[in-house]
Amino acid sequence: MSGESARKLGVIAAIWVLLLLVPVWMPLLGGYTALATRVLVLGLAAMSVNFLLGFTGVLSFGHAAWFGLGAYGCGLMLKFVALSTPLAIVGGVLLGGIMGALLGAFIVRRRGVYFAMVTIAFGQVFYYIAFQWSSLTGGDDGLRPFYRQPLHFGLFQIDILSDDRAFYYFVLFCFAIAVAVMGFILRSPFGRTMLAIRENERRARFLGLPVELHIWIAFTLSCFFAAYAGALYALVNNFADPLVLHYSQSGAFVVMAVMGGMRSFWGPLLGAALFVVLQDYLSSITVNWQIYIGVLFVVVVLFFPRGLLGVIGRKVS
Amino acid sequence: MTQLLLFNVTNGLIIGAFYVLMALGLSLILNLSGVINFAHGGFLVVGGYLAYTLEPYVGFWGALAISPFLTAILGVVLERLLIRRIYGRDPLYSLLLTFGLAFIFEGATRAIWGAQGKPVTIPAFLSQPLSNEFFFITGYRLFMVATVAVMVTLLFALLRYSRIGIRIRAGTLDLETVSALGVNVRALRTLNFGVGIYLAGLAGVLAGGQLGLEPTMGAGVLMPSFVAIIVGGVGSLPGTLFGGLLIGVASGVTAVFLPAASEAVIYVLMAVVLLLRPRGLMGEEGMLG
Repeated sequence: MSGESARKLGVIAAIWVLLLLVPVWMPLLGGYTALATRVLVLGLAAMSVNFLLGFTGVLSFGHAAWFGLGAYGCGLMLKFVALSTPLAIVGGVLLGGIMGALLGAFIVRRRGVYFAMVTIAFGQVFYYIAFQWSSLTGGDDGLRPFYRQPLHFGLFQIDILSDDRAFYYFVLFCFAIAVAVMGFILRSPFGRTMLAIRENERRARFLGLPVELHIWIAFTLSCFFAAYAGALYALVNNFADPLVLHYSQSGAFVVMAVMGGMRSFWGPLLGAALFVVLQDYLSSITVNWQIYIGVLFVVVVLFFPRGLLGVIGRKVS
Repeated sequence: MTQLLLFNVTNGLIIGAFYVLMALGLSLILNLSGVINFAHGGFLVVGGYLAYTLEPYVGFWGALAISPFLTAILGVVLERLLIRRIYGRDPLYSLLLTFGLAFIFEGATRAIWGAQGKPVTIPAFLSQPLSNEFFFITGYRLFMVATVAVMVTLLFALLRYSRIGIRIRAGTLDLETVSALGVNVRALRTLNFGVGIYLAGLAGVLAGGQLGLEPTMGAGVLMPSFVAIIVGGVGSLPGTLFGGLLIGVASGVTAVFLPAASEAVIYVLMAVVLLLRPRGLMGEEGMLG
């Protein structure tokens, strides 16, 4: 084993140990476990955006749509169909993922600025639908009431509703599955062609790769990941409101990915952690926290365009 | 029925006129600088609130004349300080930067003028309906549409016949060559940005007189303006003009038959256009996309 891959394995092991021990060290730093749960969920959403942005080179500025559809799908399942947490997650993932796949077919023929604009505009459709269709979605007040249900394992069950720590581990488990799948895809031949498209789309096309099809598949996979994160987000809040579908949420995902480092696999999680902690802190000291979030965007673009892990990575190499 | 339809078509045209003002500014900036200005709605709000503040001193007409200019100056300053730095970089960064600016605008508006809605008072003679039968056609609405029409004509004349306008159009097609021919591209982009922001500020004042002002109103106009550009075709200003009017009327007509869908219909329209003619109705193949 070379030194490089040993170092990588060490870093990954350290990340997982850190994540597993969150309920131990989080209170020591003055945080609380539920905050870490939010970081995991939003981090997963930011990683799904980065799956496209960092690894395929395509910027989606409308991922809140798939994230929010996942949240609403999950909530609607719990409220109207079945009192089962796993089924609700499946419902959310299917709703967001399938809609993403369908609309993706319209979107993938565009590139660059145009691609971003079309994703933003399509994303807003679902915001208006959730807003207007109040008999189903609760409109502006949001979808409620629904509650995440205990997990049944035949002989025993786990209460994830009132036990914050149990819920954190449940979300961490779900997060780990998604991350494993994402890592597997990126290491597969398909993942390599995604990188090839990112590096040089024209050359990839000359090599006979069906570029549009590949981007569509990557887009669809990314939508499924985002919807999965959204479903978990509905479980975190026991609530879903139209704001999860709004384009400002999409912007937040992109800034998390960029802030953490969009060329790195774990960067978006780091970005999400910073974003969530900062937002939590700012909204506790001022009602005008939006201004500071805006300043954060500007600072990231002007001074840390490569993200925190990008800066560290450059120093190491 | 006819009256109801006419009422909503008129409404649609007026809303469409707003979209046109916003979308033309966005389009100008996008075409020459490759920047999607997310903060455009923020400039609209600033224009409106400046008019609200100035009105007691200079009256409605004074505010209408001054506040779009002040907004444009703010735009030019921000372009020089911030936006210029990300020209030529991945569109990702311009999106994030202007997105951040939009947040700052909204928060700052709320901090300065408060979260409650504010009115822009319009002259009394403009607020009268012109006839009893067509009660919805007030003088102000006619005035708004006329102003937009004059501004659009002026803009197109400027682009067609003036030296600066020709340079802007040439820069849209091939900025490098324009630069090589000795045109100061930096100044051209700044000026172009200022013109775009002026239109946003003007839209803000006009909208303030019709609907009143709220810190969040910018975001509501921004998305339809995007759709107007996409429907009309990125890179084509006549396309943007047509797209704005089209989606305004489409949402007006839909409001008659299916009120709940009046906002969603423009996205359906966009989907149809993208499916049948991906470059947009008047877009040129290969422009930016």
